[in-house]
Amino acid sequence: MEQVIQLEKVNKWFDDFHVLKDIDLTVTKGQKIVVCGPSGSGKSTMIRCINRLEAHQKGHIVVHGTELTNDLKNIDIIRKNVGMVFQQFNLFPHLSVIDNISLAPIWVKKMPKKEAEEIAMNYLEKVKIPEQAHKFPGQLSGGQQQRVAIARSLAMNPDIMLFDEPTSALDPEMIKEVLDVMIQLAEEGMTMLVVTHEMGFAKTVADQMIFMDEGRIVEQATPDEFFNNPKSDRTKLFLSQILNH
Amino acid sequence: MSLNSLESFTHNKYYNWVIKNLFSSWVNSLFTVIAIIFLYKIGSFFLNWAFFEADFRNNFQGELITDRTFCSKNIKPGEFGACWAIIYARWDQFMYGFYPVEEIWRVNLTFALLPLALIGILFDKIPLRKYFIYFTFIYPFIAYFMLYGGPGLNAVGTNKWGGLLVTLFLGVTGIGLAFPLSILLALGRRSKMPIIKSLCVVFIEFIRGVPLITLLFTANVMLPLFLPEGVNPDNLLRALVAVTLFQAAYMAEAIRGGLQAIPKGHIEAAEALGLTYWQTTRKIILPQALKIAIPPIVNTCIGLFKDTSLVLIIGLFDLLGIGRAALADMTWTKLYYEVYVFISLVFFIFCFGMSRYSLYLEKKLKTDNS
Repeated sequence: MEQVIQLEKVNKWFDDFHVLKDIDLTVTKGQKIVVCGPSGSGKSTMIRCINRLEAHQKGHIVVHGTELTNDLKNIDIIRKNVGMVFQQFNLFPHLSVIDNISLAPIWVKKMPKKEAEEIAMNYLEKVKIPEQAHKFPGQLSGGQQQRVAIARSLAMNPDIMLFDEPTSALDPEMIKEVLDVMIQLAEEGMTMLVVTHEMGFAKTVADQMIFMDEGRIVEQATPDEFFNNPKSDRTKLFLSQILNH
Repeated sequence: MSLNSLESFTHNKYYNWVIKNLFSSWVNSLFTVIAIIFLYKIGSFFLNWAFFEADFRNNFQGELITDRTFCSKNIKPGEFGACWAIIYARWDQFMYGFYPVEEIWRVNLTFALLPLALIGILFDKIPLRKYFIYFTFIYPFIAYFMLYGGPGLNAVGTNKWGGLLVTLFLGVTGIGLAFPLSILLALGRRSKMPIIKSLCVVFIEFIRGVPLITLLFTANVMLPLFLPEGVNPDNLLRALVAVTLFQAAYMAEAIRGGLQAIPKGHIEAAEALGLTYWQTTRKIILPQALKIAIPPIVNTCIGLFKDTSLVLIIGLFDLLGIGRAALADMTWTKLYYEVYVFISLVFFIFCFGMSRYSLYLEKKLKTDNS
């Protein structure tokens, strides 16, 4: 299998706080990896390092054969191929939905405006809200905003998608509409790295589960093993807390 | 019939408003009455002074007023009305300073074109806006050519400029040049590059820590020292440099306030999409930050417009300077009230205009998108 992301002994500190400790991770093309763990365990920081929203201080991160260093050119190459969806959606409130989506294709890929808007409409149909194209983000529900954010990422045609707790800021009745879009994306073969506590989603789509605690990967296993036969006590405790509530 | 109309009167919404807001209790009624008497006294005095008892071009005997001794108040005991003839007599100076009379049409044309240059940047939903914006960028060159002269037009040195011309020149040019500079300063102050950041911090803090008068003196006396020999910028240009730097520092702080209000997530989202720093700044950060910063920006603009009157201490005759020159003239001396009220009125018109525009923008931006 083709390896698309490699993390090798990655370490990161926020001042004195050691957030990531010797992280090793390999992601192959088409793989869906779900990362879970208690808050402060470093899971968001880890995926934010993969598109350099955070810089790591030790170790190597290689995406599609390009190593992330301070070289801005490499960062640009990687960001063009890696899409990201945030917990807080982060839509641009002063731009309409269609402008939010077509912005990056127009400015980063230098695509003609008309073509970019056609692409934007295609992805809006894919996330099932084409009728919202000319509204502003503030006029949409949280679930709709997150679907626009997904469409915005997809419009850059990335081959890897990072999801940083995409449903944590949503009202319960809106979680499903976002997860449905993500499941559809998974079925189409997108390589996905998802930080989430939605264990139902994890069981449906994940090839690999990763459990992180205190900056380390504590356990990595298939969902079947992870949920039915976890090895570490820490994982067992976490699962009992998250599944029983 | 009369009972009916009384009833409809008591149900009138104005009547209800008055009762509710002005006469709801005896304390409230008392203050209302006192306030009305006070306003009446002040208002009637001012109106009598400024209009009903005032001389415009002729005094109470119908003579044309050519110097202060013709003013009614200087002839007839008991007369107190304003003597506006000084404004008529000195009108050209108030507007243009000592600009040659036969060339004044050039200033008038420049004044007349100014609204056309501004309309494109002030209002976004006007027809043919694109062409108005083009005109905005051409306007400074037209204005320079018209005011200063060039091929086909006699040169008029800035030592002949004065009055409203100098006030508007310093205000509009100062604000116009300071705006782009202040954006760069505000961005620089938030830069991750330490040298750029400290340069911007030092510049802003230094300029803000010094009174404008000091800057004007400095520009007037010291600027020539920094320039190569033979280059000797005129006084107005020196004042313009000081005013621009001063305004840029203040505006930069207003804009920085707007920048700080932009959630970090927006910048991260733009970065994750692959936008460069300048693309993110232009497309995501500035449109939002400037919108938030409009009220403080307009505030600094109003402040600067009024502060331009300080240039009279380095020997430039702005509106206030011309007014003081008029008062120093023996034929018109002692008409302080008329001159200062007139100057205040001119400043007020411009500043009030800016203030209303800022309110209009705030309202518009609030409804444009939530």
